[in-house]
Amino acid sequence: MGFLTYLINGLSLGSVYALIALGYTMVYGIAKMLNFAHGDVIMLGAYLVFMCMSNAGLPAVVSIVIAIVCCTAIGIIIEKIAYKPLRRATNLAVLITAIGVSYFLQNMALLIFGSNPVSFTSVVKWSGLSLAGGQLKITGSAIVTIITCLIIMFALMWFVKNTKPGQAMRAVSEDKDAAILMGINVNATISLTFAIGSGLAAIAGALLCSAYPTLNPYTGSMPGIKAFTAAVFGGIGSIPGALIGGLLLGVIEILAKAYISSQLADAIVFAVLIIVLLVKPTGILGKQIKEKV
Amino acid sequence: MKKKILSMGLCAALTASLFAGCGANGGAATSTETVDTSGELTWRLGGIGPITGGAAQYGQGVMNAIQIAVDEVNEAGGINGYKVSFNFQDDETDPQKAVNAYNTLKDWGMQILEGTVTSGACAAVSAETYNDRIFQLTPSASSTSVTEGHDNTFQICFSDPNQGTVSADYIAENSLGTKIGIIYDSSDPYSSGVYQNFAKEAANVGLEIVATEAFTADNKTDFSTQLQKCKDAGADLLFLPFYYQEGSVVLKQAHDMSYAPIMFGVDGFDGLLGVKDFDVSLAEGVYLLTPFAADATDDATKNFVTKYEEQFGGTPNQFAADAYDGVYILKEALESAGLTPEASNEEICEALIGAIQNVNYNGLTGEGMTWNEKGEVSKSPKAVIIENGGYVSVE
Amino acid sequence: MKKLNGSTRKLISSIAIIVVLYLVMNGMQATGNLSSLMSGLLVPVCAYSLVAIGLNLCVGYLGELSLGHAGFMCVGAFTSAFFSKMYQDVIPDVPRFILALIIGTFFAALFGFLIAIPVLRLSGDYLAIVTLAFGEIIKNVINVLYVGKDAAGLHFSLKDMMDLGLDLDGVVLINGAQGITGTPRQSTFTIAVILLIVALIITHNFVNSRTGRAVKAIRDNQIAAETVGLPITKYKLTAFTISAAIAGVGGVLYAHNINSLTATTNNFGYNMSIMILVYVVLGGIGNFSGSVIATVVLTMLPEMLRGLSTYRMLIYSIVLIALMLFNWAPGILKLREEHGLTTKQLFGRFKKKKEVQ
Repeated sequence: MGFLTYLINGLSLGSVYALIALGYTMVYGIAKMLNFAHGDVIMLGAYLVFMCMSNAGLPAVVSIVIAIVCCTAIGIIIEKIAYKPLRRATNLAVLITAIGVSYFLQNMALLIFGSNPVSFTSVVKWSGLSLAGGQLKITGSAIVTIITCLIIMFALMWFVKNTKPGQAMRAVSEDKDAAILMGINVNATISLTFAIGSGLAAIAGALLCSAYPTLNPYTGSMPGIKAFTAAVFGGIGSIPGALIGGLLLGVIEILAKAYISSQLADAIVFAVLIIVLLVKPTGILGKQIKEKV
Repeated sequence: MKKKILSMGLCAALTASLFAGCGANGGAATSTETVDTSGELTWRLGGIGPITGGAAQYGQGVMNAIQIAVDEVNEAGGINGYKVSFNFQDDETDPQKAVNAYNTLKDWGMQILEGTVTSGACAAVSAETYNDRIFQLTPSASSTSVTEGHDNTFQICFSDPNQGTVSADYIAENSLGTKIGIIYDSSDPYSSGVYQNFAKEAANVGLEIVATEAFTADNKTDFSTQLQKCKDAGADLLFLPFYYQEGSVVLKQAHDMSYAPIMFGVDGFDGLLGVKDFDVSLAEGVYLLTPFAADATDDATKNFVTKYEEQFGGTPNQFAADAYDGVYILKEALESAGLTPEASNEEICEALIGAIQNVNYNGLTGEGMTWNEKGEVSKSPKAVIIENGGYVSVE
Repeated sequence: MKKLNGSTRKLISSIAIIVVLYLVMNGMQATGNLSSLMSGLLVPVCAYSLVAIGLNLCVGYLGELSLGHAGFMCVGAFTSAFFSKMYQDVIPDVPRFILALIIGTFFAALFGFLIAIPVLRLSGDYLAIVTLAFGEIIKNVINVLYVGKDAAGLHFSLKDMMDLGLDLDGVVLINGAQGITGTPRQSTFTIAVILLIVALIITHNFVNSRTGRAVKAIRDNQIAAETVGLPITKYKLTAFTISAAIAGVGGVLYAHNINSLTATTNNFGYNMSIMILVYVVLGGIGNFSGSVIATVVLTMLPEMLRGLSTYRMLIYSIVLIALMLFNWAPGILKLREEHGLTTKQLFGRFKKKKEVQ
């Protein structure tokens, strides 16, 4: 029974990582950049939901919709100002700018929302399932997070595969220059990717803070790094890979804490990651990129 | 070649002038003085703590509280007839940045330092103040490494050994629990310091520790596993030596898994009830060891809390209360030593080291506080229990 | 005068500028014109510069993104500080510091070597994440590492202080999250500058040596390099190990300049690794002197902005983004070229002006 409990805890934690990793992987897959500011957009999303619910008294669903709209707008603005001018520069330059944006968002939030942590009221009112005579408990937010994750994953896969903009995204991801020749508006496509990624961040923020109900301006940064790890774990750029990577990372983290040592849990998680990457150098579902001679 | 050397020289000179320019203007440009000194002679009180970064809430609390106290002191005529000017610098909880902040304050002409807020940064700065002979009073850095070997450094908060030991004794005396589970932050000097001293004393007083679990700064969203392990080990009391932000998550997750041992936090748990939108029913029955309760009804506390809420918003926590007391402790020590700001830093430092050991101060965070030559405060930690959404002291 | 090639001339002028700056700083310090803040920053700036040079070797010449260089800095810092603390009363100051420097560098190099063996089989972002993972493992382990010394010798534990089982007169040398307190302060500006110059010379010689040219060839086209028979692994390992060793030297300097050495996310975790990467990219990938300049500018900047109080880090982030755009955005670079504002043109104008004088 103990193991099952840990497994469920691991899946709950992993589903949050997976949700964030979906946003990471989406942007990486198409724009080929590591958006280090993604975690901070999540934090903004969570604050927006919190403000709507706590200060304006709006219902959870409306608050999340507002947060999605605002985060999408913020994502587009960030992309226009900070990333777009660097589109033809080296990937590293964009990475550093993303770090700058991450600092900016954190400090902006610090000034606007203050440094005191707030307690986030869960957007999921359902208390969850109780199985095996109350021995096993699955919280409502965990179930909602997992379902949301699956829905988003399938929606993204469908979108990328079957719609015109989605096909444009795949084309851009394969070869930017060839995409231009085919008459695809690369800039618009990449902007769209950012918009979707940032919108997802708002949902991730609401669910992250519903599961672990504390929020301050730095809430997003650590889950952001963890989710980045998860995305790489699953094969960065791969949409189902993000889900698998996130869930695995969560489960490994919890099992390491439970059965080996909670003091060394971080080290163990990263050690497993290294071993997996050595066996499978492009992550679990990553594509082997053939090098041209 | 000559040309080259010349251009290089010019280049170097330019950079040097940049340094020098910064150096010369450093004092004026970097000061965040809030009291207009306009040339008059004042006490120069410095403060250091994190006002950005993950620990910003503690540093900002201290900064705001010192500001309130300094304003009050100045309104009442200052210390020994001289007003106090106050300058607070950010350290982002980093030892190196704290030393930078300290040097900035030194350039400003700081005479007394009230800081730094966190233990790791404070240990780095106390070595500097010791060498420069500047008197240092820290509101909240509780590690022994802060005061060890530094005769000029004093603490307002309980030291780690003190907190750990007192907690273990209290639990044993009142037989609150027989099987103790511990969760602590292994990446935080404060948390691991308290934990170790608690565990040491627990062995002496015969408490049985059944589970010791840790988390780190990189791993503090989820506590379900640690709680589950404590539950499986049959712990009926959880000792939680960390801060209230993580505390609020621990309480929520324990509630979600229907695990209800006695929760025993130390002074870091203070502030729990002030968290916006926190469901206080979760904190029902939590013990904590705090010298300060924001909803105490005495005039001094009410005055401080009202002013804090008016000027800065939010409820002040224990860090802030310690910092507020600090200004008055310094005032009392300076008055008893009969000093004026004309004295050199070294004179002030030596005089205060003697004077503070004779101070007996009643403040927000304790009655009859005294200091020994090691720099530790002696005040009786008050155990309080949270009942009906408020603190109730248990004697 | 013997004819020197371009890069050597550049190296000599960089060193000359550093020496002149060093003399000026010393002069100002002696006459009391240098603020405490600036004199306090001298050694840390050199330490960060060293790590940036090390990382630049990895990013610029090996062509691999490492997010774990703070980890090597951490290894250098902790091993050397541990040694210095352990033999504080046994070995006199000067030889002890030299030994500490050697030990710190050696262990950083050793870790670099051991980590490089698996890591260099990967590439791109996967390599980056694995180096980040190693850095985090190092930090995590140091945070739960307890080492004590008593009459019976050294005691180690990964649990807590009590677990060490020390005698009553035993001393704890590394106290978990509280780290090492009371490391002797021996890093002076002079030592720091000497080490910085040595590092510049070593990296310069390395990238222009036979090995260095091979490393560059591998970076530009691994398959082509392989076909002409270059032993890829050997060259990559050498470059990565040297890179880690230089970062370790930075760590030694850092550790011997501060009383309290702790391993947190900000000073030895991924935040620091990322910060160092910012120095490297802003200073110019593959440009060692540029790394030093960027380190100086970006370390000073937040200190200069202290007057802004709570707005400080916000402004800092805006300046960082602006600097990146100014230096890297193709559109802006073109605009700068049109208006004669590239770095080269600015330098040229500066020189001309002087000639007129």
